[in-house]
Amino acid sequence: MNKVMLGLVLGAVLGLLDGLSAWFTPAVRSMMATIVLGSTVKGLVAGLLIGWFARKVRSVPLGVLFGLVVGFVLAYIIAAMPDANGNHYWFEIILPGTLVGLIVGYATQRYGKAPVPKTA
Amino acid sequence: MKTPDDATVARLQRILDTPELGDGRYELGERIGAGGMGVVHVGLDRRLGREVAIKFVRPGALAASDVARLRREALLLARLEHPGIVPVHDLGELPEGGVFLVMKRVRGRGLDEVVQGGVPLGERLRLFLQLADTIAFAHAAGVLHRDLKPANVMVGTFGEVLAMDWGVARVVAGSDATTEAQPATPGGGPPGTSAGTVIGTPGWMAPEQARGDAISSGVRMDVFGLGRVLGMLLDAPGPAGAAARTPPAPLRSIARRATAEAPGERYPGVPEMAAEVRRFLDGERVLAHHETPAERIRRVLAPHTIAIVLIGAYVLVRALLFAINRR
Repeated sequence: MNKVMLGLVLGAVLGLLDGLSAWFTPAVRSMMATIVLGSTVKGLVAGLLIGWFARKVRSVPLGVLFGLVVGFVLAYIIAAMPDANGNHYWFEIILPGTLVGLIVGYATQRYGKAPVPKTA
Repeated sequence: MKTPDDATVARLQRILDTPELGDGRYELGERIGAGGMGVVHVGLDRRLGREVAIKFVRPGALAASDVARLRREALLLARLEHPGIVPVHDLGELPEGGVFLVMKRVRGRGLDEVVQGGVPLGERLRLFLQLADTIAFAHAAGVLHRDLKPANVMVGTFGEVLAMDWGVARVVAGSDATTEAQPATPGGGPPGTSAGTVIGTPGWMAPEQARGDAISSGVRMDVFGLGRVLGMLLDAPGPAGAAARTPPAPLRSIARRATAEAPGERYPGVPEMAAEVRRFLDGERVLAHHETPAERIRRVLAPHTIAIVLIGAYVLVRALLFAINRR
């Protein structure tokens, strides 16, 4: 699978699982659909960006760093949105979200197929 | 009369041991090596202005069979053009009889010396595979080395691996030694390798060689030698400061199969043996090794250690957050 596609698939799957794990936080169960949708979209965006980066830059350390930053920034944006009661879930969102970015960053570099160079 | 001192005697001996090379094209320098039959000196090719290595039969030990063997080695090396084999530039006649061999001057160290300095396992296997590829090439050209040992393997300054000392090598029938070996024409083997003659180095030669059968097992004889070399490489120390590790069991199994007592139980050829080492390096199952379920799991998961750790970290974070939220 090419790096961008792998990033998209992994981002979507991990984002979906990340969203579903909100079920373990009883206070937000009423917002599950929104959380799962938001988390999946966040995963897709992160996967797309990280996959694109992996296609451009072939370096596992840089890929992991980029994934970590993208995961953190996107998770921060989500975490900055309060729930209906005005509560923020900084750690609950940022920590796993950053880790998901890191995993996608590593996976796209390690397992994604590099594009075949065009011959003249 | 005054008795000459040891240094003088040694100098005179060196002069006596250094033959005249005839037409003056080559200038003989210091001695850089010696084997059972010949000595090797560094030399200068005056015509081309380059340094060379010159091998000739040890003076005083000159026998017709040794001269024939050196001549044979030259002809044999001339047909083996490979990056892992030192090329022969010239074959000359000594004025007092005998021949000398002019070869490329190679700078490097013996394989045993290199690995005793502490080399990572992956690098040791890379060296082994280079040697195996060279021997496989020789077999495809119909030549058996028959004296594979670390002292006969040199690692050049650029990391290139060279199979040295083809003095007891043997040409077998046809152009491919990978088929069942048959002695070639009378000129195909070195003098003195008729049935019953022991050819090789004790401790490194195949059991059938030690019994005086230096031809019937064909390439499996060199497979045995390579198995012994692999065993030595596995036992060599790792890099300084690294924890001492037992060599991986699959590699031990490869060396064990290659050095089986019965030639028929060894690998049928060097490419098959090299393929096993490559399988190990690629994380695939080594056919000579019966792996336990635990070994299989370790082998399959080993290339994905980082991914597993990352996923584990994610699950751990999730579990911790869950535990905190439950309070």
